[in-house]
Amino acid sequence: MRVVVNLNRCQGYAQCCFLAPESFKLIGDEALLYNPAPDDSMREKIERAAAACPVQAIAFESTDGYSHNATPQEEAHGHQA
Amino acid sequence: MVTRRDVLQHFLKNGRVAIVGASLAGLTAAEQMRAEGFAGHLTIIGDEPYEPYDRPPLSKQVLTGWVPANHTTLPHSYDLGDVDWRLGVAASELDIANRKIQLADGQAVDFDRVLLATGVRARPWPEAEEAALDGVCLLRTCDDAQRLWEHLEARPRRVLVIGAGFTGSEVASVCAEKGLPVTVTERSVSPLVSALGSKIGAVAAQIQRQHGVDLRCNTTVTALQGDKQGHLRCAHLSDGSVLDVDVAIIALGSIRNTEWLRSSGLAAGQLGITCDAGCRAFDINGIVTDDIFVAGDVSRFPHPLYGYQLMVLEHWGNAVEQAKIAAHNMVSESTSRRPYLVIPAFWSFQFGNNIKSVGLPPFADEVVVMQGSLEKERFIAAYGHKGRIVAAVSFNQGKWLPYYERQIAAAGPFPPDPPAYDTPTAFEITPAGFAKIPVPTTTPSIALTGYIPSEMRATYLDAPSTTLKNGAATRSQASFASERGQ
Repeated sequence: MRVVVNLNRCQGYAQCCFLAPESFKLIGDEALLYNPAPDDSMREKIERAAAACPVQAIAFESTDGYSHNATPQEEAHGHQA
Repeated sequence: MVTRRDVLQHFLKNGRVAIVGASLAGLTAAEQMRAEGFAGHLTIIGDEPYEPYDRPPLSKQVLTGWVPANHTTLPHSYDLGDVDWRLGVAASELDIANRKIQLADGQAVDFDRVLLATGVRARPWPEAEEAALDGVCLLRTCDDAQRLWEHLEARPRRVLVIGAGFTGSEVASVCAEKGLPVTVTERSVSPLVSALGSKIGAVAAQIQRQHGVDLRCNTTVTALQGDKQGHLRCAHLSDGSVLDVDVAIIALGSIRNTEWLRSSGLAAGQLGITCDAGCRAFDINGIVTDDIFVAGDVSRFPHPLYGYQLMVLEHWGNAVEQAKIAAHNMVSESTSRRPYLVIPAFWSFQFGNNIKSVGLPPFADEVVVMQGSLEKERFIAAYGHKGRIVAAVSFNQGKWLPYYERQIAAAGPFPPDPPAYDTPTAFEITPAGFAKIPVPTTTPSIALTGYIPSEMRATYLDAPSTTLKNGAATRSQASFASERGQ
């Protein structure tokens, strides 16, 4: 799988770290480090992490071509408010 | 009668688009064009032999050893299976009159519209013999990251980082984390000074020293010395000291990849490729072109919030957002064009600290801590210019940045109204500490030819390019070149 996180948008809510701890790590209070190429077996966890992200900063593509986009900024801000 | 709409429809169905640069901006633009209905022929040219990959992890997850260097390929958000990928071959010439891109392998690509997204490369050490020593490394590509990781795994006696911009500081952070002795030289007064100013840069200096980095500011490297086998062995510093080092990372900023456009007739040179807010390139005379677009690190564009000054932003977010605007404008009618008016933003992760910025700090004269404190290394600083807020920087307080971003977008007052959380007892406004007289990085290389007004043209002069030895990237004379944060 391929994963990318928009770290301008990430605010360290850490939902991804709870849902897919093998792939997402929070360093300190708010700095996110992630694995950009997790194993396919991680797909369900990554999907949950991407869906749960409050600012929708996580995008991924699985080997079978399924992709999840980070939501455009305007919409993500809407959800936040 | 053929209408403009007919022409556009024909282009969307049968047109030929070429994207030069197969990295974040190039990939994003390709996806955006397909998503907006461009069904014509799409060619993506890249000089690296890899699918578009993400660079920010190279100085962090890759160097620490968590992720292999070739594992940062970017996910695709749109099926690009029908794209004609030309990877591992550089574009060598742009022929605008004949709508043709010459490739280094002798082939050519025809186009109706082209996006120039060739980005930048790491500025090499200026002494070629010293640069060729085993152990002297750059960090820009995944191959660079792989090589540097191997060197660090060999447990060098000491690592020397030349230049304390974002790349240099992040490498120093990884060395400290790995328990490797590391010296950082910086020719200015503090790390990150060109991006954040010396006031906030001093906090970065304090952080480096707390983590055991031998940080030497106002210091340059005068020579790198190897042994008979060509391995780096020691470095001579301007403070007179000689350090035994096995690895040196050259982190002196970047060079824009524009040499291949020299004969194109575009306004392309050491400062970047100049374009309008709609991402259309200017020609060398300053006339905007119709079918040549620019995006990413290589573009130099005007921004209304910052006095319409032409700026270059080597940021991850800039590559993404500008590529989307350029792509939209490439497949739209002229009446539907969008301007690129984003608030600049970047992040850097070093020594366990999350540094984030919105706006353009180098545009500011003054800075004030709005929340938290410098001593605790947990704060938000607002940057001001002539009574307006123009930027904000957070150390480990990123959640508050959107509050300041809104004020920057609204050209709000400086100092801004403080939010009711964690504010200091007094707001102390101090100089931000950016160099007042920027050091020129280039000599004028354009002259006018012709005698009567209808014949006057701008033309390149062959001038020796200046190199920057022994220092960090400087603010270039006519643009705010924000040295690579992401």
